[in-house]
Amino acid sequence: MSVPLFRTAEKRTFTFPGWLRYILIGAIFLIAWQLYVSLSGVSQLLIASPLATLQALIADFANGQLPSAILVSLQNLAIGMGIGIVTGLILASLSTFSRFGRDLLTVLTAVFSPLPGIAILPLTMLWFGLSSSAIIFVVVFGSVWPISANTDTGFRTIGTTTRMVALNLGLTRLQTVRDIFLPAALPHILSGLRLAWAFGWRTVVGAEIVFGVAGSNGGLGWYINNARYFLNPPAIFAGLVVISLLGVLLDTLFQFIEQQTIVKWGMKQAQ
Amino acid sequence: MGQPDKEPIVQLSHVSLAYQHGHAQSATILEDVTLSIQRGEKFMIIGPSGCGKTTLIKAIGGFLKARQGEVTVNGVPVKKPGPDRAFVFQDFEQLFAWRTVLDNIVYALQVTKHLPRRQAIDKASFYLELVDVAAAADKYPHMLSGGMKQRAALARALALEPDILLMDEPFGALDAITRNQLQLELNTIWRRTGVTIVLVTHSIQEAVFLGHHVLVLSSSPARVLEIVDTSQAEDLDSPAFTAHSLHLQSLLVRQDKDLIREQVVPLSIVQ
Repeated sequence: MSVPLFRTAEKRTFTFPGWLRYILIGAIFLIAWQLYVSLSGVSQLLIASPLATLQALIADFANGQLPSAILVSLQNLAIGMGIGIVTGLILASLSTFSRFGRDLLTVLTAVFSPLPGIAILPLTMLWFGLSSSAIIFVVVFGSVWPISANTDTGFRTIGTTTRMVALNLGLTRLQTVRDIFLPAALPHILSGLRLAWAFGWRTVVGAEIVFGVAGSNGGLGWYINNARYFLNPPAIFAGLVVISLLGVLLDTLFQFIEQQTIVKWGMKQAQ
Repeated sequence: MGQPDKEPIVQLSHVSLAYQHGHAQSATILEDVTLSIQRGEKFMIIGPSGCGKTTLIKAIGGFLKARQGEVTVNGVPVKKPGPDRAFVFQDFEQLFAWRTVLDNIVYALQVTKHLPRRQAIDKASFYLELVDVAAAADKYPHMLSGGMKQRAALARALALEPDILLMDEPFGALDAITRNQLQLELNTIWRRTGVTIVLVTHSIQEAVFLGHHVLVLSSSPARVLEIVDTSQAEDLDSPAFTAHSLHLQSLLVRQDKDLIREQVVPLSIVQ
């Protein structure tokens, strides 16, 4: 959608609402996909049709395979992100209040943030074995840098007046961080979280695929990989659809959080 | 000054203050400032722009430390900021964007006076009523006009029931009509509360209208040029008001000439 610089009084005669346009595009895509699979005679072992995918989705939701995979993946993401958030906020606070903390964060971020999280998976597998701890560690490792760096920027860009009001009220350091810095830096913190979860979500799925069939009770990555072993393309596609939809859902959740906080407080324009 | 029946609440004796720029350089902002402010008076600070008015009021607030001399409040040397010297800034961002107007005050009362929430709400409502923003109590600051934001900030400062209200060009960013209205209301509030007010302004009219005393600072580094007793000149139509205004104006105009000369001298030295 293009964004006009100025709203003009001129009205277009008719436009479809946004959701309808998106659904139309989706429908055209699905129909093209279905027609391709049905008419081209491509091997059913290479690509599944939307209808077959839907059947696999329904079947694996009913037999509990998909729900348990979703649960495992989301749990890995949530625990990893949770630890990442707490660690990131502590690192950013240290960086705000001490020179050493600042140097520490600068060096750690510079050295570790270019490393793709998945690259350290072999190491964590060595340390933790084929357990969810290995995956969670990777998610923590990947999410802590964007969160701490963004929070740090947020803390640093808090206005002088806001800082002076905090000093004037005689707040303790804990009160200053909790009651002033965190809400004042929330726009930055939320963008850090967005980066972190987007990274974390990709890492969780990737790591689960690397684990392959080794784990019997795996997440969505494992589910896809498992489907490949059993030459079951509809299930592979079903897994991909679920991963994508969960991503959309998480993004919507973030938009909702922004709406309830920084947009409501006038710190960010509504989109 | 010389009013022995009143006790001074703020005293500055031979205060000099410099900002550090890097390691070696420092710029002197205040030089040998001596003054005393009586309990319950309205004390105005005026001077050429950039001279150090804000520095002076920040020193009283405890935000800046004097290099030489001493600032005392109630006979105690000022070491750090505190809610006994409540600050009102020019900047509209002094209200916490993430709290409603009422909650801004309730929070300030909870952290400074440790009031239970119920009591804090009652007190906050009282002061919102006093400055006439009760209608906006449940709004977030970004929804308010500039004048309303300054009223709310004033309410928060008053609610702390400070010994001194320190105001740094509080009406500087407001339009003329709102400004006049708030000046009148500040007088009313002063009559009702009897709080000591120290106010930085660059409006001669504002200084003479509001002030019992007007401190005129010289151009940088700021020295005390004169402390004018304007307590008898509250009526805008009185001859005293005009006389004081003209006197202040002549002092300030002379400063501007000095400023021009001072800028020329160093150049000739360099050559």
